[in-house]
Amino acid sequence: MYLAQHASGLLAAEEKNPNPLLPDAAEMIVGIFAFLVVLFFLGKVLIPRIQKALEERTDAIEGGIKRAEEAQAEAQRTLEQYQTQLAEARQEAARIREEAREQGAQIIAELRDQAQAEAQRLVDQAHTQIDADRQLAFTQLRTEIGELAIELAGRIVGESLEDEARRRGTVDRFLDELEDRARAGA
Amino acid sequence: MSAPHLLAKDFNEEAPGLGLFQWKPLFHVGPFAVAKPIVLCLIVMIVIVAFFWAAFAKPKLVPRGVQNVGEVLYMFVRDEIARPFLGKDAEKWMRLIVPLFFFVWLGNLMSVIPIAQFPVNSRIAFPMVLALLVYATFWVVGVKHQGFFGLLKNATMPPDLPWPLYILVIPIEFASTFLLRPFTHAVRLFANMFAGHLLVALFATVGFHFLFEKLTPLGAPVGILGVILTIFMTAFELFVQAVQAYVFALLAAFYISAGLYADH
Repeated sequence: MYLAQHASGLLAAEEKNPNPLLPDAAEMIVGIFAFLVVLFFLGKVLIPRIQKALEERTDAIEGGIKRAEEAQAEAQRTLEQYQTQLAEARQEAARIREEAREQGAQIIAELRDQAQAEAQRLVDQAHTQIDADRQLAFTQLRTEIGELAIELAGRIVGESLEDEARRRGTVDRFLDELEDRARAGA
Repeated sequence: MSAPHLLAKDFNEEAPGLGLFQWKPLFHVGPFAVAKPIVLCLIVMIVIVAFFWAAFAKPKLVPRGVQNVGEVLYMFVRDEIARPFLGKDAEKWMRLIVPLFFFVWLGNLMSVIPIAQFPVNSRIAFPMVLALLVYATFWVVGVKHQGFFGLLKNATMPPDLPWPLYILVIPIEFASTFLLRPFTHAVRLFANMFAGHLLVALFATVGFHFLFEKLTPLGAPVGILGVILTIFMTAFELFVQAVQAYVFALLAAFYISAGLYADH
């Protein structure tokens, strides 16, 4: 009855003590209309948009974190690689130094051997030369001593004993005996 | 003679009552009288749409200005109202619960806005249409997800009860779920706004009456008390308005979840 009265605009605003639990028809209509308008704009248009934006933001943040993690892992890998390479290079350098030292020592040793061999050779050569010279001097001396002795003896005897002495090999024999004696004495 | 006695005697003729909620029609549209509550309701509609349009029309990945405010409000409703009841379905139902929460809250907030100064939801018609809409949604969703008889059974027969108890439980649960629900849903909001507005108006009238209309040495302290209580009650009303909007939206989420899921 209240509704009907109100709907027909009969209810005066001044009326005392109307039942506040009875809804007004015009207000119900406006209420549902206003709420449906809000529901349309928010529910159909605006909330889907913000939900999409929030979802995209979540994706962006998660993606950003993922990318940062990947970059960090990449940097870590590169660092490890560099460290490995550096260690390898150090090892290589140490190895090369060691090789060079060995080679140097080897070269020095070789040179020393060569020098020694050369010196030995020179000494040997000198010895040979000396022996040869001595032999030569000895031979000459022997011949000359023989001739001198024969000449001296000839002068003493007064005739030439040269041919005779040569014929008989006297001088040579004498000298051999001298040698033998010297050898025995030695 | 005590002051309250004096007060009551003087006050009788002008104490704010139910007339406070009756507005003279501003104009008529056909058979319908358009009064202040209707105008306020339309203002609420415009303000909500305008605010959320400004906030969410072109949402940015990095929010600025109004979008920040909108997001804080949106996430409050999502995390405190929708998700606890609707879980993974919360995103979908946010499209109903967000408009509900803000429509109710702004309607309540009109109570403390200068010039407006009237809670839209203290007129039963507004909470009622919203409660009926939620009730209808509950039925549609419930029948769709549980079937008509499934819904009746799941709502009225809690499992694991000894059978004699069902004689008691079924009528109670049936009445509370299917008959009283839209009524309690609407009246809870209506009554809170109604009583709150009445109290604020009463204290404001006390202050006005004893400090301006009939300034007497005995009445002045009562008037000052009235002003202080008006301020205090207005602050309290701000709180109640938000709480009631929260409760209304929370119950809506709960009723929808009762339609969606059998195990309640």
